[in-house]
Amino acid sequence: MSARDRILTKLRAAQPAQPNAMPDLDAHYTPRVRGESKAERLARFRTGIESFHAEVHISSEADWPALLARLCADKQVATMLYGADTPAGQRLDQATFPATTLRPWSGQVEELKADLFHRVDAGFTQTRGAIAETGTLMLWSSEAEPRTLSLVPPIHFALLDADTIQPTFFDVLRTENWAAGLPTNALLISGPSKTADIQQTLAYGAHGPKELVVIVINAEGDAQ
Amino acid sequence: MSHQPQQQSSGQPIAFVSAQALRARMHDAVNDPHLRQSFRGAMDFLMAKRAAQFPDQDELDSLRALSEGIRQYSLSKLPDLLEQLEANLTRNGVKVHWAETPDEANAIMLDIARRHSAKLIVKGKSMVSEEIEFNHAMEAAGVGALESDMGEYIVQLAGEKPSHIIMPAIHQTKQQIAKLFAEKIPGVDYTDNVDALIRIGRNVLRDKFESADIGLSGVNFAVAETGTLCLVENEGNGRMCTTVPKVHIAITGIEKIVEKLEHVAPLYSILTRSATGQAVSTYFNMISGPRKAGDKDGPEEVHLVLLDNGRSQAYADEQLRKTLQCIRCGACMNHCPVYTRIGGHAYGTTYPGPIGKIISPHLMGLEQTHLLATASSLCGACGEVCPVKIPIPELLIRLRGEANSAPHANPAMVGQGAAYDPKISFVWRMWARLYARPATYRAFSWLATRFRALTPRKQSGWTAARTPLQPASRRLRDMVKDRR
Repeated sequence: MSARDRILTKLRAAQPAQPNAMPDLDAHYTPRVRGESKAERLARFRTGIESFHAEVHISSEADWPALLARLCADKQVATMLYGADTPAGQRLDQATFPATTLRPWSGQVEELKADLFHRVDAGFTQTRGAIAETGTLMLWSSEAEPRTLSLVPPIHFALLDADTIQPTFFDVLRTENWAAGLPTNALLISGPSKTADIQQTLAYGAHGPKELVVIVINAEGDAQ
Repeated sequence: MSHQPQQQSSGQPIAFVSAQALRARMHDAVNDPHLRQSFRGAMDFLMAKRAAQFPDQDELDSLRALSEGIRQYSLSKLPDLLEQLEANLTRNGVKVHWAETPDEANAIMLDIARRHSAKLIVKGKSMVSEEIEFNHAMEAAGVGALESDMGEYIVQLAGEKPSHIIMPAIHQTKQQIAKLFAEKIPGVDYTDNVDALIRIGRNVLRDKFESADIGLSGVNFAVAETGTLCLVENEGNGRMCTTVPKVHIAITGIEKIVEKLEHVAPLYSILTRSATGQAVSTYFNMISGPRKAGDKDGPEEVHLVLLDNGRSQAYADEQLRKTLQCIRCGACMNHCPVYTRIGGHAYGTTYPGPIGKIISPHLMGLEQTHLLATASSLCGACGEVCPVKIPIPELLIRLRGEANSAPHANPAMVGQGAAYDPKISFVWRMWARLYARPATYRAFSWLATRFRALTPRKQSGWTAARTPLQPASRRLRDMVKDRR
């Protein structure tokens, strides 16, 4: 008998005849629904993620590429990596980035690993949405925007559409039905990388990005 | 005389010190003012941070009840969920392995390492890998295993073990770490600036993430319905280990499983708030497979090792099964008056503090661990803060009973009766009979007050640090009679 079968046999012998009743998550979450407006959700998201040391800039659908270019110049980003095959990626034009070389991701990570680790200063990604309760961004990895894009470069620029901010993580899992199909890697990100492992002293830029910069668009108006 | 324990299935030493030396180690720890000061400070800090995360008692009560319900529901279906998890992970392209013992788990992972001719394994934080002495097993086979969580990296560099499951290097001061880095890392000068120290660690470890052949991680929640491994972290080293190397191996105990993806939402929230008093961790990393056709990065192979190592023994008993509800937040140790005074190393087990006292006997047998349950004042703080409501004080009493009861057939645990002493047992049996009969008890107390002068001055362990006990000159019942 294999280890698998031995473990399962032991567990089956001890398993309760009837499983417990399915936990009632709605009983906890429904009475705590806030009924916030879009502006209130954005404000709560912003307070949360800023408390985790992220930078938040409000921009617009028309202006964000110019803002990104200015932020890159301010932060002396010489090279920024991004996914070109996304709606946001297609808006980036080298001509508007006088101080920064835009480098679209191409090929497998093995082909650009050395550059990714040593020569790229910033990565730019879209986001799937955000969570107001905790000040959290949601990213799904894709062919166009691989996992390391938001991890290895020292600065992570993230573009967020204010219409995609949801109240809680539970709301996200329910309304977007993530259980129906997850990507290889789904990520929740709340601020730049940090550690308090030395004498409980908070330090940023442990292993991942040292800075997280969020550019919010569609901040005005009601949610669609 | 102690009961002959059943042979532990693994021949390798899992404890890094003998639990027999527990008393001496605790004595030394209590008498170390620096250690006590650093733990007192750190625990006060963590308790205050946790309290600040739960301003609304109703919300906390409701969330704890829900979290307990989810964990108990998951355990009630454990074998079914493990099969479902295996099927869905396999469908997602993840290879699932099963191990009953630490030796089996290490052999599985060594086999993977050999197949890839791996020289370096870079590790995210995993207490299960500590439990099975993974680093030693790999090093013995000539494969490097490097910790990359900052706290774990410090502890490994110092040749130590973690003293806390969430904050492994909590016992070290920044000056000690500064000295350690200057001594052990080539080209590094002494600095006790925390930002500078973290920068040094970052630079060393970035090169390792880039060059490592395999990344190893633990698992916080494994989701059966989707075949997803969830990891909670702040540093990004967990993402590095699970994303950059060509192979990712995750290892977890068989109990860390939930059925529904939505079940992780409340558990994740109560985990970070209970552990470090954070509303949320920096990263929540949900992995559902290796690099797929079209993907540009991620590991080409993902493995999951499911480890039993005594957990099925806890599972077999309805009361002891509650031990497996644990989500490893560490709040029980942060609030434990014993842990705060002796620190994590004195216990001599992988998992220190209250959770260590109730899980270690299943991993290592009561023979080695029966003293742990006695290192408690049963104050109840651990049970009160536990986010999944494990009745830790009840379980400590149960374990004391298992250790001290006369050996019997079909014991619930390996090492049952390990602390059984026929003489002590006889005294307690006599006392129980005396106490259960009012007439004999009255006669006994009458005699005890009359002959109190005969009480011995030396009363074994009691008088080692206290004045001797002596019956009062008058019985309570006589004093009450006078009042009437």
